[in-house]
Amino acid sequence: MILINITKHLNTADGALEAHFDLSIHDGEFLTLFGPSGAGKTTLMRMIAGLEKPDSGHIEVDGEVWFDHTQKINLPPQKRSIGFVFQDYALFPTMSVRDNLLFAAENTQQRRTVDELIDLIELSNLASRLPSTLSGGQKQRVALARALVRRPKILLLDEPLSALDPTMRQKLQDELSLIHKRLGVTTLLVSHDIAETVKLSDRIASIESGKILRTCKPMEFFSPQTLSGKLQLIGEVLKMEEDFPVVIVTLLVGSSIVRTVLSSEEASALHIGDHAIISTKAFNPIVMALE
Amino acid sequence: MESEFLSTMLLTFKLATVTTVILLLIGIPLASFLVFTKMRFKSVIETIVSMPLVLPPSVLGFYLLLTFSPASVIGEFLTSHGIRLAFSFEGLVIGSVLFSLPFMVHPIQSALSQVPLSIFEASYTLGKSKLETMIRVIIPSIRHGLISGIVLAFAHTVGEFGVILMIGGNIPGETRVASIAIYDEVESLNYAMAHQYAITLFVVTFSILLLVYTLNKKSLGGIK
Repeated sequence: MILINITKHLNTADGALEAHFDLSIHDGEFLTLFGPSGAGKTTLMRMIAGLEKPDSGHIEVDGEVWFDHTQKINLPPQKRSIGFVFQDYALFPTMSVRDNLLFAAENTQQRRTVDELIDLIELSNLASRLPSTLSGGQKQRVALARALVRRPKILLLDEPLSALDPTMRQKLQDELSLIHKRLGVTTLLVSHDIAETVKLSDRIASIESGKILRTCKPMEFFSPQTLSGKLQLIGEVLKMEEDFPVVIVTLLVGSSIVRTVLSSEEASALHIGDHAIISTKAFNPIVMALE
Repeated sequence: MESEFLSTMLLTFKLATVTTVILLLIGIPLASFLVFTKMRFKSVIETIVSMPLVLPPSVLGFYLLLTFSPASVIGEFLTSHGIRLAFSFEGLVIGSVLFSLPFMVHPIQSALSQVPLSIFEASYTLGKSKLETMIRVIIPSIRHGLISGIVLAFAHTVGEFGVILMIGGNIPGETRVASIAIYDEVESLNYAMAHQYAITLFVVTFSILLLVYTLNKKSLGGIK
């Protein structure tokens, strides 16, 4: 159980703000911090890791105090049982894939699990390669495996997939989900991708302007209560074509394109790049396996 | 004559080696400090480090000579403890270290500033101390900067003239290095000897640089 109740003065692009985060994370949970950039998601993550110091408050992990303002406790990142995956992978450039993982190992037992982890991320045949020779997706898998070597109490993922192309992104989301199920490590993900959030998280904490607005199950968050559609998809608006009196809207759902016709009035609430919910309730959707 | 040639060459390379080793030990912490400090006086320190690039060597030599002389406070303190820096090898080392400082610090500083902060942080989150991070992660990834610094500092010390002339003079076996010897031989119209020094310096420094650049290219490959 991870208990967080901290404040910090943040200087963001939109001016100064007093951030206050009050959050508890259950063991083995996959929690996503969701919100626009500049809301303080990454700062919260870095404060949990000990890379930044909160102004006041308390962080406790399984009964161990990591930060307490009044008791003047602030464990350095080295003393915290964490695995941190950075947006830019942060692999050590002079070490091979295996050496990057071995660097993290603290004892012989962890050293023995390194090859297992390399298998898990399907990079056994590239284990002796240097990071500079790997693709973005491969690098990110190495960073993930490296963060897991020490069997941390909490895995912190700072927009780990944002730099990848959609196909690689989906593949890694699946792997991440699989690894989370296999190892059961408590995971905190920073994301502003709806599909990713829904797919991976048990719970979502929506963050705006340094505050946690609500924590709930992802679908509760993204589908308003008033809708009780039988089929709901979340997609990104790619294109809107006026064809009087209707508008043809093209949306990207996962990696497939959905086109639909809306009235001009309905379409006026949408803009290109928006995330939108597509729901239909008149019929029972047919779901078939693909060959 | 031959033995004097050898001892002068040996002294030249001994001075360059000692200077380079000292600079390496000072250069890494100093460069890290300049890259990571948020201190307000950072620019002042950066300026002092870079001064030898633009300052005539005779200026540095002149002030060092004044400092080393028993008439100054520092000089008096040193002399009373039996340390003589003016016209001695130790004095030359101090002069060379100061004079070649930017040649060691700048390449390391520029290499360090290219290492993303997340590399340091990744190592910390993997439980490694700052020192261990520096030795196992950072130094290997800035080795091209270190190599440049070592080569430049070494070559610059070998080629140094003004500072040495000011504070070292021309004492055979003590402060007479090759660049001074060339000047001295030319002054006494001994061109053959001057040529022997000159060609040796030329060949040796050319070979060192060539070797380093070749190795550098091979070992670094894709890593920058």
